[in-house]
Parts: sequence; structure tokens; C-alpha cells
Amino acid sequence: MAKAKYRPEFIVQRDDEKCIRCQVCVRMCSNDVHTYYPETDTVISESSRCVGCHFCEDLCPTGAITICRSEPQIKENYHWSGTEVYNIIKQADSGGVLLTGMGCDRPYKDYFGHMVLNASQVTNPSIDPLREPMELKTFIGGKPEVVVIKKSSEPELATQIPPQLELETPIMFSAMSYGSISLNACKSLAKAACDFGTCWNTGEGGLHRDLLPYAHRAIVQVASGRFGVNKEYLDAGCAIEIKIGQGAKPGIGGHLPGEKVPEEVSRTRMIPEGTDALSPAPHHDIYSIEDLKQLIFALKEATRYEKPVGVKIAAVHNVAPIASGIVRAGADFVVIDGIRGGTGAAPTVIRNNVGIPIELAIAVVDRRLREEGIRNRASIIAAGGFRSSADVVKAIALGADAVYIGTAALIALGCHLCQKCYTGKCNWGIATQDPYLTKRLNPEIGARRAYNLLRAWSLEIKEMLGGMGINAIESLRGNREQLRGVGLNEVELELLGIKHAGEAW
Amino acid sequence: MDGTPDRDFRVPSGCGITGIMNRRGRAFSGEVILSSICNMLERGNGLGSGFAAYGIYPELKDYWCFHIMYQKAPSKDHAEEYLKDRFRVVHHEPIPTKRVRSLEPVPVLWRYFLEAEDGGPDEEDFVIRSVMEINREVDGAFVFSSGKNMGIFKGVGDPDAIGEFYRIPEYRAYIWTAHNRFPTNSPGWWGGAHPFGILDWSVVHNGEISSYGTNRRYLENFGYYCTLSTDTEVMAYLFDLLVRRHGLDFETVGNVLASPFWSQIERVEDEGRRRLLKALRIAYGPALVNGPFAVIVANSKYMVGLNDRIKLRPLVAASKDDFLYIASEEAAIRVVCEDPDDIWMPKAGEPTVGKLEDEDG
Repeated sequence: MAKAKYRPEFIVQRDDEKCIRCQVCVRMCSNDVHTYYPETDTVISESSRCVGCHFCEDLCPTGAITICRSEPQIKENYHWSGTEVYNIIKQADSGGVLLTGMGCDRPYKDYFGHMVLNASQVTNPSIDPLREPMELKTFIGGKPEVVVIKKSSEPELATQIPPQLELETPIMFSAMSYGSISLNACKSLAKAACDFGTCWNTGEGGLHRDLLPYAHRAIVQVASGRFGVNKEYLDAGCAIEIKIGQGAKPGIGGHLPGEKVPEEVSRTRMIPEGTDALSPAPHHDIYSIEDLKQLIFALKEATRYEKPVGVKIAAVHNVAPIASGIVRAGADFVVIDGIRGGTGAAPTVIRNNVGIPIELAIAVVDRRLREEGIRNRASIIAAGGFRSSADVVKAIALGADAVYIGTAALIALGCHLCQKCYTGKCNWGIATQDPYLTKRLNPEIGARRAYNLLRAWSLEIKEMLGGMGINAIESLRGNREQLRGVGLNEVELELLGIKHAGEAW
Repeated sequence: MDGTPDRDFRVPSGCGITGIMNRRGRAFSGEVILSSICNMLERGNGLGSGFAAYGIYPELKDYWCFHIMYQKAPSKDHAEEYLKDRFRVVHHEPIPTKRVRSLEPVPVLWRYFLEAEDGGPDEEDFVIRSVMEINREVDGAFVFSSGKNMGIFKGVGDPDAIGEFYRIPEYRAYIWTAHNRFPTNSPGWWGGAHPFGILDWSVVHNGEISSYGTNRRYLENFGYYCTLSTDTEVMAYLFDLLVRRHGLDFETVGNVLASPFWSQIERVEDEGRRRLLKALRIAYGPALVNGPFAVIVANSKYMVGLNDRIKLRPLVAASKDDFLYIASEEAAIRVVCEDPDDIWMPKAGEPTVGKLEDEDG
């Protein structure tokens, strides 16, 4: 039978008058889109190979290249989109699971986009962050309910404050392992986090020796594959995160293909070179909440109760009771990763269909922990698709203590969201281990860009806080009075715990 | 509740506040506080004022005194039924008032002297629960004062009218606070006026709390439910929580409600104190009251003035012999104390504390 060709997702347009045949596109594209023919002195581009990362477009010195989206021109059909049709064709060819990278791109309701913020007028002065102190300092960890003060000659603190992460801004970099991203990408984020006074996260990739100088700001992850976990690793980080699940692929494990396990990754993960790194779907020592408690306390014992130990889960239907159980199991922080959370590789069908939006998850978890009187025992860290400082502010007003950003941080390093991380061919040098590609990402420049992003968002958060007449981030936390819904129905408003725009206090 | 919009919605207001304390516990006439608050009529708009007085029921000082306002007749029966179930009613009577035409219509006002026979080991928590239950459950009834040997008197009107109505000059107290309100809409409900009280706490407050949502939800963790949706209520519960239940002193409470900035904490030289201030901010972050406020809080032993952390509302203090004065404006002090020994502007976040002297002997 005749076989359908894959229609290109992008068309590479080359302005031949502008092209100077420098061949930078030819040399740079890891997908071999461009080929130079010396006989005719022409550059031909094979659009079907283009993933839409825009690297050549950005590099072309004369601006000769334009990458355009190309919709497969099948007969218009509301139910059967081109993507759906071609996915079936691919699967009929391969018999396999479709893979993708980054977060869910389906048009589920964007709740952040349906919430607006408040500002002071007349009855309450707004505060100018350029003139007045404006505090974003954030502590992650369990908080005592009462502070007891001994009365001697001088009042003295008698309450032991549990270990805390001290952050200069409520934004951290989320878990991205060395393996899923390059060492240069890890270094960029690690350095930016240290320079700014926040945290980065090792993911399940272990801690490469080159990252040790940044370990004092590293949240080290313990995931189901236990890659790279040993005593030194646990001791090196400032906090430990047990990864149960991830927003991009709730309920399933991880798979780093052998091609992405060269010598350095193999050493860091402590697995043989070239073997697939498989993280099981569950932790095989955690089949229930009591098992989780044992792991939490095993890790606390191993690190002498000197650092916070938290648990990361994907936002799923039962997220509130699960989070409550996690807090009761002794976690110092709970990370909730929403449906928009990114990944280096996930089955497309899982990424696009499993999990719930982070906004709703934050709201119900925060409420549940308060109702049970245990909100102070653990911090809530929200993750999954934060696009701007406004998303961060709204998440905190709903009840999060801090947020993790992953995708936004990678965009700062060059990522154009082509969603092909799983191929290991990232032209921007981020999601790849190919030395020819990784050297494109200069960690010094990457760190500066990631730092700039933290700085810019922090400044914007200060502006928004000042407008509300608030000068410390803790007064925004869970302050849902500062939020109003626009175009949300009653159930949504009730779940988010906010009023509709137009309603006064 | 019908026809009481400000009970269901939060009403921001600007205000004038004043408080006078005799630190030796010598009672003085309500005439004084009335002059003081009436010298700040500018700060209100006739839509709420009130007084708190300490030491006014010396013969019945061992009994909880509830001041209750009723909006409809059946409310009184329901509330009294509830009271009789939980307390021994020692004495009850209408709150003495004088007819003031500008204030009409007025709610039914009654006071009850109660003994909490089955209050259990923590009688004060029992009383708080009872007050909250009446205010939440009994339609049309509102307990606006619930301390011992003290009382709150308030309503919708200018302070001179409210003072005349409640016959304030006839009472003698050793602490008086008063409030004059400028709400941003037109409340008709007397319960929305200040002072706000719970147990023997009374709060007069000038400010709008930007952290209201955070504070309110924090208080719910400890069983305080804000039924009134007023900022002042939040303030009163925070004081009750921190002072009575957590045992913090007023200086520490100042460091919680109007905490020093991190940059200030870093400059504190003494390491122990630095650790203490840091611990307070970590643990009590949700109790930080953000936004402008000036507040005078009193209980039977203390009168305390406090400003927000960047002093966005005025507050002046003065002392003369045994008297401590705290007010929004110097004019409110000078009118009753022409020549104070000392007069000063309390710094942002630093409490001005008046303590009853005979307390520690």
C-alpha cells in the first residue's frame, strides 16, 4: 500500500538574495535540515526534519532564514485535527508510544488568566518599592505554632525553629537532572540560584562534581531510580526532595535513553555507561503513606535533622488529602506539580491528559491543610507552567509559599519550546549530552540570563505587592482577598476560594 | 443577616482614636475622653463611634458582663435562652441610655452579668466560644462587649451624640478609649462601630489591613472566626492569641504585628536577639499586619498603642503624672491635658505600653 508522508510541521524559508552561503545553518543544525551543495553553490533546506527550534534563524548573520509554522492541509475537521491524524499515521507506522517534551500544550482553561489582582486606592496607600523596603524573603520548612520566650535578664528564644531554606525570592528552579539537561545548563541554573540567593534542584541526576560549588543551594532529589544517591549527595544539598510524581507524567516513571548516558552522566548517576536509566513508576519501597513516612525519617536520620525533607507529587484528583497525608508523614515541604509541568520526555498522551491545573491544586491543598490545622507544619511549593511574575503572585495569593520554575528558566537559556527534548539533539545545548551541542551554552552567560529572569520577576512582584499596599511577601501568602475571578463559574470560584470581580471585600 | 451590609462585607474606614489611662488605676469621668474624641470630629463622618471603659462595674467585677444589641424582638428571647443554658445570669438590665433624636432608630441594648459555672478549666476560651456562637448563630443578636468590670458602648453616630446617648460622662473608669469612624460606605448597623471587644480586650483601630486575607485565615487555625469582616476584629483576635494564649509580651507582639524589616534585623548586634527576631518572623509571618494602621488596645491591666511598620497612620503619645495619653492627633491630647510632662511620636512598630502599676505590687 502507499505510505503517507509526514507533512512538515515547519517550512524553512530562505531568502536566497540575503543568503551569503556562510553555512552556519548547515554546521549548526543537529537535525540536518540544511545541506550545502558546492557544485551549485546552493543551500537546500529539508523542512520535514525541522523541529522549529529557531536556532538557525537566530544565528543566520543576514536574516535570510525564516521558520514558519505549517499546518497539514487536510480537509478541515473540528474533531480530527491534523495533529490527531498524523499521530495515528505515525503510530500505524511504528506501533509505539508517542513521545514528547516540555509541558502539556492542550487548551485547558488557564485559571491564572482568569484571575486579576487588587491595588490600593485612597483608603490605603500603595507603597513605592523604589522608596520603601519591600521584602520577598521566604522560608521553606515547618514552622512552630508558638514561639516560647524565656524571660531572663534578656528575653531568650526557647523554641527550636525547624530547619529552613532561606530564599531571597519565592522562586526556585525546579528539578531538572543532569542527563535530561546538559551540565552547562545545570551550571547556569545552579550559579544563578546561588548568586540570587534561591535554590536549584538536582532532579534525579545526582550531583556532578562540577556542581559541588553550588551544592549549598541545591535541593537534592531522591527519586524512584535512586540515581546518584549516597551519603555525600544527601549531605551536600541544602534540602532533600523525595520525588513521587511529576506534573508532566503523573503515575509513570522516567526513562533516560542509553544515548544520553555518556561517561560523565554514568559516573554521576552511578550506572554503567550507555545503559538506559529507568526510574520505576512507583518507589518500590513506597506502596503507601506509612512507607513514605519511613523514607522521610530515614533521610532525616541520615542528615541528622539538619535540613528540610520534602515530597514532590503531581497534582491529581485527590491531591488535597494526599498532601495532608504527606504533611502528617513528616514532610517539611510539599511540592505540587500541575498539569502544565514540563519534562524531558513523556508519552504525549500522558502529558496531555493526566493531572489537574496547578491553580486549583494549590487552592484545595492550602485549604485542606488549614482546615486540619497543619498548614504551619509544611511549606507548599507550586510548580507547573509559571509564565510570568503575575502567575507567581497569584499562586502565592492562593496559598503557595514559593514556586518552582523549569520551562521559564530554560527559555531564559535559549529554549524555544520545540518539545523535542527527548531526542537529545537540542540545538540550544540544553536538553542534550552531545559535546558539539552542549558547548553552545556558555554557563557564565546562561547564569547571567537566568539571574536576570529572577531579578526581573522579583522587581515586578515588588511592584505588584506595593500596589496592594503590602511590603512583605508573607502578607500575600494565602491572601485570596487580593484575587478576583473573571469569567469563572461558582464551582471554580468556590474551589479557588475567591470572589468574582466586581464583588467588594 | 438582613439589612446589615457591613456585617457581611468588609468596610474600610479612616478614623480618629484616642485612649487615656490612669496607671495607678484611679477612675476618672467619661467627660474627659468625650472631650478628647470630640476634638477630632474631622476624622469621622458621623457613621460610627464608641467608647471602652475599664473599672466601671466594681460591684459586679467578678462576673462576665455581656453587652448585647438586638435588632428584633425574638432575637432577645433566643439569646437569653442560650445564655441561661451556658451561664448563671446574676443580673441583667437594659443599658441606661438617653434619648437622642439624631440617632434613631436604635437597637435594643441590654447587659448581662454572668457566671460561667460549667466553663471548664479554660473559662476564657469558653466565653470566647459562647460569644462567637451567639454572634454566628443567633439571628439579630450581637454581643459587643464580653469582659469583666469593663464595657463597650458604641453605635452609628457622631461621638458627641453616642456619648450623650450612653450617658458616658456618668461612668468613671481608669482606662478609657474612644473611636470616631469614617467608613467608606453608609453602614446602618451599630455592631460595625468601634471599639471592638472580646473578653476584656478592646480595640480602637484606624487603618485598612492589606494582609486581611492572610491574617483571617491564620486565625481560623486557632478557632477564631471573623464574623464581622472588620479589620479591627482581626486585630483583637491577634492580640488575644499572642498575648493571652501564646504568652508573648507587648514588645514581642509589636515585633510580630509590625515586624522589623530584615535589613533592620541583620543590623541587630546581639546574636540572641537577632535569632529571636528572625524566629518570630519565621513562625508568625501570617500574623504580620500589613497596610496602614494605628491601634489602641486595652485590657484590664494595659493600654497599648501600636503603629504599622512604616507608620502610615498618625499616632501621638503623651504622659502627665499618672496619666498616659495616646491619640491620632496631638489636639485630642492637649484639649484634656494642656501641659503634658512628655509628648512624643511613637516610632513605627514600637508599642507604647501603659501598665497598671499596682499589678506587681
